[in-house]
Parts: sequence; structure tokens; C-alpha cells
Amino acid sequence: MEIFSQIYESLQYVFVQRAIIAGCFMALGCSFLGIFLVLRRFSLIGDGLAHVSFATVAIALLLQAQPMIVSIPLVAVASLIILSLNEKAKVYGDAAIGLVSSFGIALGVIIASTAGGFNVDLFSYLFGNILSVSSSEVWLTVFISLLVVLVTILFYHDLFAITFDEDYAHVSGIKVKTVNKILILLTSLIVVLGIKIVGTMLVSSLIILPAVSALQIVRSFKSAIALAGIFAVASVIIGIFISYLLNYPSGATIVMVNFIFFIGSFISGSLKK
Amino acid sequence: MPVEIIQIKNLSVKYGEIEALSDVSFDIISGDYVGIVGPNGSGKSTLIKSILGLIPFEGKIIFQGETLSDFILKNNIGYLPQKMSFIDQRFPATAMEIVVSGLYCRKKFPKRVTKNDYKTAGEIMETLGISGLADRSIGKLSGGQQQRILLARALIHSPRLLILDEPTVALDPQSRDTFASIIKKLNSEHGVTILLVSHDSGSMGKYASKLLYLDRKVVFYGTFDNFCRSDEMTKYFGADQHIICHRH
Repeated sequence: MEIFSQIYESLQYVFVQRAIIAGCFMALGCSFLGIFLVLRRFSLIGDGLAHVSFATVAIALLLQAQPMIVSIPLVAVASLIILSLNEKAKVYGDAAIGLVSSFGIALGVIIASTAGGFNVDLFSYLFGNILSVSSSEVWLTVFISLLVVLVTILFYHDLFAITFDEDYAHVSGIKVKTVNKILILLTSLIVVLGIKIVGTMLVSSLIILPAVSALQIVRSFKSAIALAGIFAVASVIIGIFISYLLNYPSGATIVMVNFIFFIGSFISGSLKK
Repeated sequence: MPVEIIQIKNLSVKYGEIEALSDVSFDIISGDYVGIVGPNGSGKSTLIKSILGLIPFEGKIIFQGETLSDFILKNNIGYLPQKMSFIDQRFPATAMEIVVSGLYCRKKFPKRVTKNDYKTAGEIMETLGISGLADRSIGKLSGGQQQRILLARALIHSPRLLILDEPTVALDPQSRDTFASIIKKLNSEHGVTILLVSHDSGSMGKYASKLLYLDRKVVFYGTFDNFCRSDEMTKYFGADQHIICHRH
């Protein structure tokens, strides 16, 4: 019972309230996109874009600007570059991600070492800290996450068709390239939000893990999205409480809870077969 | 009077330096059942992909005086792709969800699926004898069942042109015959124009009304009778002409 009173007590703190609100909204956005990205073998795109955001945070700190505001447009551009490398220049999808991601890390490290003085700030973005989210960051996270969820719902059938069979989607008159751009731009937005919450090293896990866990169990597409959403939100809430109670790093704890959900789903999925 | 549903003019496709199709020109008349045959690498699938606008090409393809996108918007094309191998075993969709997706071409943004759409899907699945599969996961079905689900998806919006790329590869001989008679019926009773690619040139004559023999260019295009009586084709194919004409 002491645990519950400690949890109740933690909820009185504004920083915990902010963490839960921002974390839940972002988790929902991540899981919605995650199903499409995982099934299209694009799941590492989150990882690549997170590495790019390492460079954009370095640029923001150099310019003494708000890292999220600077990162959003720059990471969005990087996401379109990955897509066009993949489509036009005939670079393999995973190689295109590797290319852009290593460029991002290298640029970040060079900026940090030449400018100097903000290494500590920059490296705090490697693992994020959801418990230090500011109120403006909460608003930005809620706004962008709702945007991601809304656009996903509006384009649900187009995204579903493309995910299952891109050629047939084209023959159905769906503008495949445009929908692909929308998907990847939404991913870039959610990744930038994630760097504050779980950090550049772990943000892709918020996209991949809930989706992969849900895919172990469900049969229909809508239930896959719903279950991924439930896993994502639950792991953020449980992760924040564990992190508060045991003084564990929040981002890593959230990812660990997600991983436990995956193990559970994997076992349950295997038993069903 | 015969109406051309597709006019293909000087179609050429290159993959890098390799020419997959060279200066291909022919018309498909509405109501035709055209069998497209040719050896491996003869450009059969490339031709289908060009018609469907899936790859870049040189030349012109006109659909009753319209562009491909206008023609698609009028629910005119049904397409059954070559292999079922693209279906991921773990893909989280029921057969019903896949069949209903065939109606997306009718929908404007934001697309919404109605109860009526599910009813239409139920009807087409019943016609094809696959009602029992509606709630099954698409990845867990057999090759033949998946094939019929994808055929239901291709037919649900009652297209006027049905394009099938090697549809019977994954099927056993019995399902192959059932499948072929469904397609034949669509053509003869509902007037659907059929464009069917097959590597099995021997059985094509049983169903198709016209033959298009491709080998990077058009070797022959016309009725089976003309093909079988053509001295030029006898010279080209030798004894193999009989394999294609064995229905006679």
C-alpha cells in the first residue's frame, strides 16, 4: 500500500503531471505511426531521424535557440531526403537511413567539439529526461501528437492500402508518393518530441516496440493500432512511476517496460499458435 | 462497332541499359479476353506494369481517350498481382478488410468504409465461395485462398477491365480450372475485358479469345485461329506452335 501512497504523492508534483501528459500523448502518436512503419520495414527510420536530431539539437544549442523548435523543420527535411534517396537515387531503404543517420551524428559531434561549452546539455539529449519537460514543451507535444493521430485517422485507409500492397494502392488511385511523404513527415515530428522524453538513443524504440508487441497478438489492423496505443501509453505511465519510485533513468525505464510488454505478447502469441 | 478500351502506341521500357520492351503497339477491344504469353524475360509483367502506370515508360497508353488516372477514378480497373509472396504471414488484416480495400478507388478523401461496403464485400465473397474466410487473418490462408481474396478485391467495384498477372501460379490444377471458369464467366456473361498474363501458353487457348505473344516486342497479336493458321508463326515457332494451338 505504501507504493500507492507514494504514487499518489508523486501525482501532486507538477513535473510528474507534465511528464505523464506529454509522455502519454507522444506514446499514442508513436504507436499509431509505428504499426505502419514496422509493417513497411521502415521501423529504423525513427532511429535515423533521431540521430539527425542529435545534430539539430547541437545546432540549436550553438544558436542558443529552443532545441525542439530548431529540430522540427530540420529533421523534417532530413526525412524527405531519406525518402527521396530511397525512391529516386535507388539507395536501399536501410542504407539511406544509415547514410543520413551517420551524417547526423558526425555533424553533431563536430559542432559540439568545435563550439565547446555545451557538451553536457547536448549529451543530456542522448537519453532525454521526461521529468524535466517544460510547460511549453508539454503543449507542443500535445498539439503535435494530436495532429499525428488526426492525420493518421484521416489517411487511415490510404495508409492501410499502401502498407498491404503499394502497387494495388496506386491502381486504386491513391497518391502513394504523397501519402508516403505525409507518413515520414509525421514520423519526423514525433521523433523530435521523443528526444526530450527518451532521448535520441531510445526514441525509435517507442515507435517499434508497442507496434511489434501488438502485432504478436492481433488479427485485424484496427485492433493492432488500438493495442499498440494501449501498450505505449501503459508503458509510459508505469515507466514514469517506476522511475520516480526507484530513481531510475526515466527514458530507459519506459523502454524496459515496453520490452516486458513485448515478451508477454510474444509468449501469448506463440501459445495461441 | 468495336471500341478500343486500351490503345498502346510505341511503348518502350528500359531497365538501365537493358530494353525490356521495344516499340510495342496494339489495341485492346472492349469485351476481349486477351492472353499474354511469351518466354521468361519477354516483358509480360513489364507490359502490365506500364499499363497500370507502375513504372516509367516511353510511348503512349490511352484508355478510351482518357489518361490512366481518369480511367481509374471511374472504377474501371481491377488488378490481380503476380505473386502472393508479398503477403506477410503476420500482416494484421482479416480477409474482409482486404476485400473491402478494393472499394477505395470509389472513395474521396477522407475515405470512410460504410456498412454497405461490408455488405458488398460479403456478396462478392459469397459469389467466389469464400464467405467462410471473412474473419480469418490474410497471412494464415493458403495460396489458393489468398488468391481468391485478392480476386474478390479486384472485382468488388465491378471493373470493366480486369488485369491478371500469372494468377494461377500458386494454385493446384483443380483450383486452376475453377479460377479459369470464374474469369471466363466474367468475360462472357458480364462483358468484362480480360488481360491475362500466363507462362502456360498451352492452356491459354481454352479461354482467351486473342493471343498476344511477346518477346520484348509483339511477335503475334490476333485471334487464336489466325495464329494457328499463320505460316509466319509456323516458321517462328516450329513445332511449338502446336503446343499453343492444341485446342484445335
